Amino acid sequence: MRTVRATAPLAALALTALALTGCAGADLDAGETDATLTVFAAASLGEAFEELADGFEAEHPGVEVEYSFAGSSSLVEQILAGAPADVFASANEVNMTKVTDAGEGASAPELFATNVLTLITPPDNPAGIQTLEDAAAEDVKLVVCAPQVPCGDASAALAADAGVELAPVSEESQVTDVLGKITSGEADAGLVYVTDATGAGDAVRSVPLENAGSAVNNYPISVLRAAEENGAGQPELAQDFIDYVRSEDGQSLLEDHGFGQP
Amino acid sequence: MASASRSPAAARRQTSIDRTVRVRPPAGLTVVGVLGGVALLVPFAALVAGVDLARLPELLTSASALDALGLSVRTALTATAICLLLGTPLALVLTRLDFPGRNLARALVLLPLVVPPVVGGIALTEAFGRRGLIGEHLHVLGIEIAFTSTAVVMAQVFVSLPFLVVALEGALLTRGEAHERTALSLGASPLRTFLTVTLPLLVPGLVSGLVLTFARALGEFGATITFAGSLQGTTRTLPLQVYLERETDPEAAVALSLVLVVVALAVITVAYGRRGLSGAGVAR
Repeated sequence: MRTVRATAPLAALALTALALTGCAGADLDAGETDATLTVFAAASLGEAFEELADGFEAEHPGVEVEYSFAGSSSLVEQILAGAPADVFASANEVNMTKVTDAGEGASAPELFATNVLTLITPPDNPAGIQTLEDAAAEDVKLVVCAPQVPCGDASAALAADAGVELAPVSEESQVTDVLGKITSGEADAGLVYVTDATGAGDAVRSVPLENAGSAVNNYPISVLRAAEENGAGQPELAQDFIDYVRSEDGQSLLEDHGFGQP
Repeated sequence: MASASRSPAAARRQTSIDRTVRVRPPAGLTVVGVLGGVALLVPFAALVAGVDLARLPELLTSASALDALGLSVRTALTATAICLLLGTPLALVLTRLDFPGRNLARALVLLPLVVPPVVGGIALTEAFGRRGLIGEHLHVLGIEIAFTSTAVVMAQVFVSLPFLVVALEGALLTRGEAHERTALSLGASPLRTFLTVTLPLLVPGLVSGLVLTFARALGEFGATITFAGSLQGTTRTLPLQVYLERETDPEAAVALSLVLVVVALAVITVAYGRRGLSGAGVAR
């Protein structure tokens, strides 16, 4: 009994100490995340934006950036269905227009990046592709995006500009599926975004296209109306993020990932 | 409770089993169970409600929709026929032949059914792709499988064969071997026994197995898009068409989804219809 009595105050002290440090810890945590910024961004922005968040969070102590990366049209569906996102970064202007037309935008969309197409082949280039004409030849296994999706739309515009008729063996729903058919060596050539080719590194060989500039994808970014419901100061924080994306730091980071400046 | 006032013999009878008692799930579980059923059916009801009836004929008869439908039916029927030719002997081997590791073999047959279809597609690419284990030799011979309707059929066979094998295994195991043993002991050859005894007995199991196999082949998506690609009329089956239409014309995607749901309903009716959809079959 004596020992118990003797230890009881000690235990109480220990508990108090724990509670104190616990509280301190909780306060510190709250200090670390007194605001969360939710950014819906096109899948192609994934790697660049992950890095960009580090820089933004360093400039804004206590702010945490959370991303949802998906195809722009899927993100639009979610935003129109009431997803609580603060910022939307789209891979094309068509999808941004759907958001602003529905009254879900809270700032004028600003362009922050461009992306162009490039021709890729497996590293050993089995079909000896040097130009878009080579890739369009009858016996070449060419894979492109379907015309229904933005990268396929761009591919069609590019081919039309070059006066080349493409004869693909497959029209994929996603640009990553085009990339996959090249990295696995199944196809001889594919049309993807420069950023996809940059991200794939040595797994593919890039064939620069002379007329790449004929089909440029503009990436707009905007504060969403939902930001106002997410808390006081969220729209301002969202605008800070957009400013950071368009800052010199943000732009040079995007450039490292293959994006162009608008 | 009432047994106390009766004779000991009656009490014993009473405490054994009351055959008039109806076995029912506890009320709470019944409520949850009904909710579970609702969770399954609500999405389909919403899908049907979401169909734009005015545009339905036009959406279902567009060139791309008809191409997808035709390709799906052709490839799924071919895949089902191949499954019949491969799956029946496989089910026989797994049930009627004693060999070491049979249980393991039986479990491995289920693998394509359990792995995500996209993994199946990657596995098929590793095997039959241009740089695959077998594909690279085929490539030398001038045979290319990827991006052809053959690749679609292969993907469908790969994912749906286990359905047929499982259905036939079940049928073979519940039938037992008595009839075959009789035929064999009366001097019939193994082939004759198979053709005149085993096969006729298998027909009911075969029908429901084939219908499920066809349904699975028709719905194949992941392995097809990974291994075969997506080109109208060649590799873009109905599920791939639905996936693509979602991008630009969600109403067309809903309409084509309806076609797949109707086919699935027909399949369930054929596969389980004989057991009776009224639920009376349970009492047996």
